[in-house]
Amino acid sequence: MNEFPWLTLLILAPLVGAVVVGFAPAAVTKTAAVGVALLTLALGVAVALQFDLDSGGMQLEEQHSWIEAFGVHYALGVDGLGLLMVLLTVVLVPIVLVAGWFDGDDGNTRAFFAWALALEGLSLAVFCATDVFLFYVVFEATLIPAYFLIGGYGRAGRGAAAVKFLMFQLAGGLILLAAVIGLYVVSAQQGSPSYLLSDLTELDISTEAGRWLFAGFFIAFAIKAPLFPVHTWLADTTEKATPGVSVLLVCVLDKIGTFGMLRFCLGIFPEASQWATPLVMVLALISIVYGALVAIGQDDVLRLIGLTSLSHFGFITIGVFAMTTQGGSGAILYMVNHGLGTAALFLLAGYLIRRRGTSLISQMGGLEKVTPVLAGLFLVAGLATLGLPGLSPFVSEFLVLLSAFDYAWYVGAVAVTGIVLAAIYVLWMYQRVFTGPGLPEHEGTPDLDRREVGAVAPLMLALVLFGFYPMPLLDVANPTVETLLTHVGVSDDEPDVPADSVPDHAATEEGGEH
Amino acid sequence: MEFVKPTLQYFELSPMLIVFAAACLGVIVEGFLPRARRHLVQVVVAGLGLVAALAVTVWVATDLTERGSGEARGLLAASGTIVIDGPTVYLWGLVLLFAIAGVALFAERRLEGGVSAFAGQAAALPGTEAERQASTRGLDHTEVYPLLMFAVGGMMLFPASNDLLTMFVALEVLSLPLYLLCGLARRRRLLSQEAALKYFLLGAFSSGFFLYGVALVYGFAGSMQLAEINEAVRNDVGNESLLLIGMGMLAVGLLFKVGAAPFHSWTPDVYQGAPTAVTAFMAACTKVAAFGALLRLFYVAFGSDRWTWQPMMWVIAILTMLVGAVLAIVQTDVKRMLAYSAISHTGFLLTGVLGAQASGELADGQVTSLEAVLFYLTTYGFATVGAFAVVTLVRDSGGEATSFPRWAGLGRRSPWVAGAFAFFLLSMAGIPLTAGFVGKWAVFTVAMSAGAWPVVAVAIVASIVAVYFYIRHIRLMFFSEPEDEVAAVTAASPLTTVTIAVCAAGTLVLGVVPGPVLDLVTHAGDFIR
Repeated sequence: MNEFPWLTLLILAPLVGAVVVGFAPAAVTKTAAVGVALLTLALGVAVALQFDLDSGGMQLEEQHSWIEAFGVHYALGVDGLGLLMVLLTVVLVPIVLVAGWFDGDDGNTRAFFAWALALEGLSLAVFCATDVFLFYVVFEATLIPAYFLIGGYGRAGRGAAAVKFLMFQLAGGLILLAAVIGLYVVSAQQGSPSYLLSDLTELDISTEAGRWLFAGFFIAFAIKAPLFPVHTWLADTTEKATPGVSVLLVCVLDKIGTFGMLRFCLGIFPEASQWATPLVMVLALISIVYGALVAIGQDDVLRLIGLTSLSHFGFITIGVFAMTTQGGSGAILYMVNHGLGTAALFLLAGYLIRRRGTSLISQMGGLEKVTPVLAGLFLVAGLATLGLPGLSPFVSEFLVLLSAFDYAWYVGAVAVTGIVLAAIYVLWMYQRVFTGPGLPEHEGTPDLDRREVGAVAPLMLALVLFGFYPMPLLDVANPTVETLLTHVGVSDDEPDVPADSVPDHAATEEGGEH
Repeated sequence: MEFVKPTLQYFELSPMLIVFAAACLGVIVEGFLPRARRHLVQVVVAGLGLVAALAVTVWVATDLTERGSGEARGLLAASGTIVIDGPTVYLWGLVLLFAIAGVALFAERRLEGGVSAFAGQAAALPGTEAERQASTRGLDHTEVYPLLMFAVGGMMLFPASNDLLTMFVALEVLSLPLYLLCGLARRRRLLSQEAALKYFLLGAFSSGFFLYGVALVYGFAGSMQLAEINEAVRNDVGNESLLLIGMGMLAVGLLFKVGAAPFHSWTPDVYQGAPTAVTAFMAACTKVAAFGALLRLFYVAFGSDRWTWQPMMWVIAILTMLVGAVLAIVQTDVKRMLAYSAISHTGFLLTGVLGAQASGELADGQVTSLEAVLFYLTTYGFATVGAFAVVTLVRDSGGEATSFPRWAGLGRRSPWVAGAFAFFLLSMAGIPLTAGFVGKWAVFTVAMSAGAWPVVAVAIVASIVAVYFYIRHIRLMFFSEPEDEVAAVTAASPLTTVTIAVCAAGTLVLGVVPGPVLDLVTHAGDFIR
């Protein structure tokens, strides 16, 4: 047990900041909000510095009884997975706030920044919660700021999009609620009820009950992530919301889905997870291919980017359920890289739309000549998304594909087509928007200013850095994955070719020459 | 037969006695005080009476003696006709709390420009010269306060009654004043009178059912006492069909009061037609009292025959949730929407009721169905009173504006009021960090523990449906562009404002730190027989 409640502080900082920003004078709203986000970033870094890389378990734990009658605790802790998600969140939020400096101006500016900070605080709580009830509470609570961010800012039709978003999420949430209640009942049958993750993983859940509860958790996370066929809210939401909000939704909030699959589905229901793997793999593969195909056909930049995420979440899910170390680490890495790459794409698309006043690809073209910086950055972000070697998503995609082939060759074969399709949607979009003859009305479109470049620069830097040197991320992720897989009770297959066979073989050859 | 002088436990009964005394005092005030001074005096008498009763209730609650092995606390009073145990006292507290809010809403006069929301002269026919005169002279009905107090007295007796006859008397005492109150609206009087008549007619029928049920159960058990009925049920004496039909008829009477399908059809009309202050009071307090009586009847008298009534409750709970949630979607009036949402909440409460299990089947410290229902009633009361109180504020030139288009964009014109309303709706929808979520969790959990997973599955579906119309309304308030004439928020006196603030605070606190109140309902223990 840690003396100083670092994680509580990390969660409280943006939440208190949201209230302060909500009531601060309008003149300092934006500065104050970015200040709070930077403070949270600093706290996130402080948490990371205290993290012990060698341990796969929970660290910086806090635990207090919250609702005794329900066996509920206010319990926080991070493992490698949680830490990476926390870091992703604290890095993305200030970037989004700076990039979306003017996004809140067509509505209530103060509310925009306050809701964004509230969303950050609640998301951090989701990634830190080690009590299932607490997780559920904050999991659902994140939807309220998200609802107001989608419904209050963005393009016409956002109200309907916000309702659709919330309906899907709450439906998933209520199914999860049934499963959470089921956990309580199972837990109560075996002594005193408790929601602590550490107690629940020890539970002896009967096969049938475990599968039902797994289904509840998985459906909720599949809606969140999202996976085919419960993804339909994704494109509508990203189309109508401001790009900054889409970043918060897709790059932070949706990670809860895959995060939850790793932490809860595999952690609490290992048997059921293995039982469901074939179906999950099929859904993931459909998501990969279908998401990419639909993305190719889009004319709206924001819809297109939203749908690419469907494809990416399919990859992550394959990594999670392949249940190998490469798969698990690859999935965690993928979650981080997807967060960085897609955030960059969304924000750059936002810049583009703000300049051109339209999000339709068919009404753009030849922008390369007038806005070379925007075009260049967009290309880098796009190449990252399609998994070009040298940029960080390549590493994670490679690991996930390895695990997919390891699971079954046909799964890997279908997944690989996702990469080809990714190349099509990214490059074709780039070609239609930026290359070709410039349209006359594009003359005089201003290129990116310093604020805009500054906001995406950290993302670009991270994409390149982790592309060449992913070890820091893997060092954090690997122990967690190993612990988790030990708990699930699977181990990596032995290589078909023993590791020490190569020198022996060489030795024989040498011997043969003599 | 020797006549035994009844002994009355004056101290334990005093909360009820205070309320009835205040009601009688109100009648005297009405008769002897000049019209100009009645309003203030009536408000003070009613308010003080309720506050005093609440204070004494707390005192009684701390003073209850433990019985048996500490699972229950309390005593039988008034020769065994009234039982004062933990749940009784808790329900009294709830009824009194929401009744105080009711008095505050009744007393609000700023919204109508100096007069209350009640008809100037109930006897004047709508649209006549007499009505016009009553309104120009600024007449005001102050009889509503004694009526409210009598209703509160009945509501306190209802869950405390230990025999069927007392229960029936309490049912009538609480119902009759409510029928009257519903018909006293100052505006839209025909609608209000229609509501009152409907409520009265259907209520009278349901009372008839209840009374018939009492007779049949007496025929089976040979006693009106709940404990003796239980004994008879346990020993399986007498004619089983008498018991079953009687049980069914008693259920009809009670399910009508709580507004469960298929006995719900009065709810939307009455909730819409009654003055909103009455709706707020009635929606919260009647439900608390009637569910208290329902729990006592089925857990104490028919507790040993759970297998007989649980399937019936399953069907009714499922039907109620679905009817409430689905029909709420097609409403275009805020009060009707809240009425249908109240019906679906009745279904959720019944989900808790049917989760009854013997104490031996529960783990140590596991939530019991009684605790779950009591807690849900608390959360529901706060959200309902608060939501209807907000409805009284949103007005246009014709009084309260309850049709949906008038509410468009309210969030931008009056963020605080719309925010409070949204918060109450979120609580009703069961979003975490509001009280409604914890309540929902509790009732679903007890039902699931009792193996009623099909009911829980339907409850989840109904919740999803219900979420839709709640958030649609939030969208209307915050994201929709107003089209034609819209309503504005009228400045209210502190009476209404404080009521809303207290309800919002209650909803928030019960959602974030429900522990103390949950401890309280746990501490209330079981029913005593």
